[in-house]
Amino acid sequence: MAAHSNRFEFWSGAARTLPLIIAIAPFGILFGALAVDNGFTVAEAVLMSAAVYGGASQMVGIELFGQRVAPWLIVLSIFIVNARSILYSAAGGRLIGHWSAVQKALGFFLMVDPQYAETERRAERGRSISFAWYMGLALPIYGCWIAETLLGALFGRLIGNTHALGLDFLVPIYFLSLVMGFRQRANWLPVVVISAVGSMLVYQILGSPWHVTVGALVGVLLAAALPVRAA
Amino acid sequence: MSTTFWIIVAAAVLTYFTRIGGHLVLSRFASVHPRVQAGLNAVPAAVLTTLVAPAAMSGGLAEWAALAATALVSLQGGVMAMIVAGTAVLILLRHLTG
Repeated sequence: MAAHSNRFEFWSGAARTLPLIIAIAPFGILFGALAVDNGFTVAEAVLMSAAVYGGASQMVGIELFGQRVAPWLIVLSIFIVNARSILYSAAGGRLIGHWSAVQKALGFFLMVDPQYAETERRAERGRSISFAWYMGLALPIYGCWIAETLLGALFGRLIGNTHALGLDFLVPIYFLSLVMGFRQRANWLPVVVISAVGSMLVYQILGSPWHVTVGALVGVLLAAALPVRAA
Repeated sequence: MSTTFWIIVAAAVLTYFTRIGGHLVLSRFASVHPRVQAGLNAVPAAVLTTLVAPAAMSGGLAEWAALAATALVSLQGGVMAMIVAGTAVLILLRHLTG
């Protein structure tokens, strides 16, 4: 019975991954292609996708690598881009507190932006987050990310005009659709507005990758400072 | 092993710390203050917005219209409908404004 319901949970997680995989696929292929362009071997590109597993940070990393920036600075930049995961970890940890230590150790490794957002949305609908459901969502995304990197690294030069096909802007569109999905939450509009303004200002003044961390912190601090709505 | 290999390993280890770090710190506290709860509830919207806003700022008419279409469809449709609408507007306008 338990095995049966685990299987059901796994597949109901996997069923949610299709739009996400479509949105992210061009990004993964692009990363593979750019990594090889910037001097990575195919194996290194795939290793980075498998071990770091954070699209935006990987892009920043290979860009700096191509510019021959000092290794420690590349590592630091990747860390800064991924620092938002500390917030995901703190917020998402409340949803998977009932898991075993090993399940958590694996679950947090896989907690990338869409994984975290889908988990929050399921919890918002009053559903509990089972390990099986989470893995059903996570493993197809993780597997595709690695496969796309390999494809891009091997055949990147075959990609046509990504601009005309709109592929370069799929990720922002996808992330906006996620933002809109949380609009029932307390103080959603002020948080979105101040995070947007904050990240754009920092993007102009300090540049990438600081805009993500600072912009997100401003939004979270505002939500903490605003009056807590009576439940 | 090459420098590249060690860059990747170091980046992977630090990234993993970010993924478990927030939880490890928060789980040391027996109870979470309501203001911290409110802040954590805002995490998805706050973080995801910062991934959209600078891209929107660097975009032109086609990109803005695509995001507007995505937001509009979100009032009724699901994620797939939003992506299809946003991308369709984007491709169309990019072809028209070339």
